[in-house]
Amino acid sequence: MSLIRITEVRKRFGDNEVLKGITLDVEPGEVVAIIGKSGSGKSTLLRCINGLEAIDEGSIMVAGAQLLPGEAALKALRLKIGMIFQAFNLFPHLTAGRNVMLAQMVVKKTPEPEAEAMARRMLDRVGLAHKFDAHPDELSGGQQQRVAIARALAMEPMGLLCDEITSALDPELVNEVLAVVRELAADGMTLMMVTHEMRFARDVCSRVVFMHEGRVHEIGLPDMVFAKPSTPELKQFLGML
Amino acid sequence: MGYRLDFGWIPQYWPVLVSGIGVTIYLIAAGAAAGCLLGMVCAWTRALGPAWARPVVVAYVEMIRNTPFMVQLFFIFFGLPSLGLQMTELQAATLAMIVNLGAYSCEIIRAGIEATPRGQFEAGASLAMSRFQTFRYVVLVPALQRIWPALSSQIVIVMLGSAVVSQIAAEDLSYAANFIQSRNFRAFETYIVSTLIYLLLAILLRQVLAWVGRALFPKRRSAR
Ligand SMILES: Nc1ncnc2c1ncn2[C@@H]1O[C@H](COP(=O)(O)OP(=O)(O)OP(=O)(O)O)[C@@H](O)[C@H]1O
Ligand SMILES: [Mg+2]
Repeated sequence: MSLIRITEVRKRFGDNEVLKGITLDVEPGEVVAIIGKSGSGKSTLLRCINGLEAIDEGSIMVAGAQLLPGEAALKALRLKIGMIFQAFNLFPHLTAGRNVMLAQMVVKKTPEPEAEAMARRMLDRVGLAHKFDAHPDELSGGQQQRVAIARALAMEPMGLLCDEITSALDPELVNEVLAVVRELAADGMTLMMVTHEMRFARDVCSRVVFMHEGRVHEIGLPDMVFAKPSTPELKQFLGML
Repeated sequence: MGYRLDFGWIPQYWPVLVSGIGVTIYLIAAGAAAGCLLGMVCAWTRALGPAWARPVVVAYVEMIRNTPFMVQLFFIFFGLPSLGLQMTELQAATLAMIVNLGAYSCEIIRAGIEATPRGQFEAGASLAMSRFQTFRYVVLVPALQRIWPALSSQIVIVMLGSAVVSQIAAEDLSYAANFIQSRNFRAFETYIVSTLIYLLLAILLRQVLAWVGRALFPKRRSAR
């Protein structure tokens, strides 16, 4: 059964229809790269999946939880799928460790010692065990993004949505974050990631989705999509025209 | 013919002054604590709360911010009893302070909440936190930190404004000063002394607020 099932999803901002009927199924353990021009609706699609934007038509299911308005339904869905943002969005007043502990304690009512143990494990997993007590402003961008990944992982989601998570980083910090994502993929985490890192998409992803003007314009294995694009739009996007 | 300053009355009236200072300190402590709490609740309601409650808060805030403190005080002390709400002078003064600071701090705290980057709300939501949990655990502390200097200034302003409560015979520092000068006929010296005490209290209050700020927000950190 698909972990993420997106069916005929439409999303409008006023008169501007940004998603024009997206249908896409993501299997457990898949790593799906989403590529496309600026404004093609990539971020909007990810944001719809975990309810940061409300959809106008269609349906979205994540591991049996349907996207519906209302706090209870959203909570159930968001417990199944985490999100990593381009801007990290760490909580500035909390240490790295507390950033990872907070939602566990507040949402899942995990007792503090267990939340802390989980936070230490997850920070270790992203290579930041020694930064437990550091505040976000004491960390580099790459480290902040890895804390954000640990924070999402601590909720034990079945999948992660990643929206250009290396785009705000200095070039030399990109690889440390991609290395973490690579490991997650190897561990079987389901990932949907909007990315401009074409090499990474080619190496790591199981499928590539090319979005164009609010539609899934092309979809396929990375080798196919990158080596033999079938539409002129994708050829142009890849710089082959 | 020179005017000769005379402070010889001070020992005799010292207890009166001290009790006045005590009442003023009590007013500001109670007013600041409860007023800021009220302001926080109102700020949440106005910025993030249920739509039906927002006009109520707006009405309250605008009413308080556009009428004199003295009139608010008189309304509470002389007006409310007709509705069957009897209060002592001190209770009325305390309530007036709370209601007044509640409105001003609401606006200040709301500005702090609204300056929160959208990403902070989205991060909270993506971790399955409810809107209220996100406010309570993610937004509130950085928001308060942002506006702490403005809130501190407002608390000092309200403290100085508290002198008006002597008008309903709440026995604060200004009441003590009025009382003393009506007995010693040394208005100039009496008001020099009470002015200096207010000055001292204000400086002290600023110190306390700065200290509280450092305790609540150990380092200057801002959301990016
Ligand atoms: N909150 C919003 N209100 C109105 N329009 C929006 C909003 N968010 C996005 N849009 C519009 O939706 C369209 C798609 O935006 P989206 O951010 O999904 O694109 P994207 O593919 O992620 O682009 P980029 O590569 O630049 O991040 C754009 O035209 C954008 O202007
Ligand atoms: Mg985007």
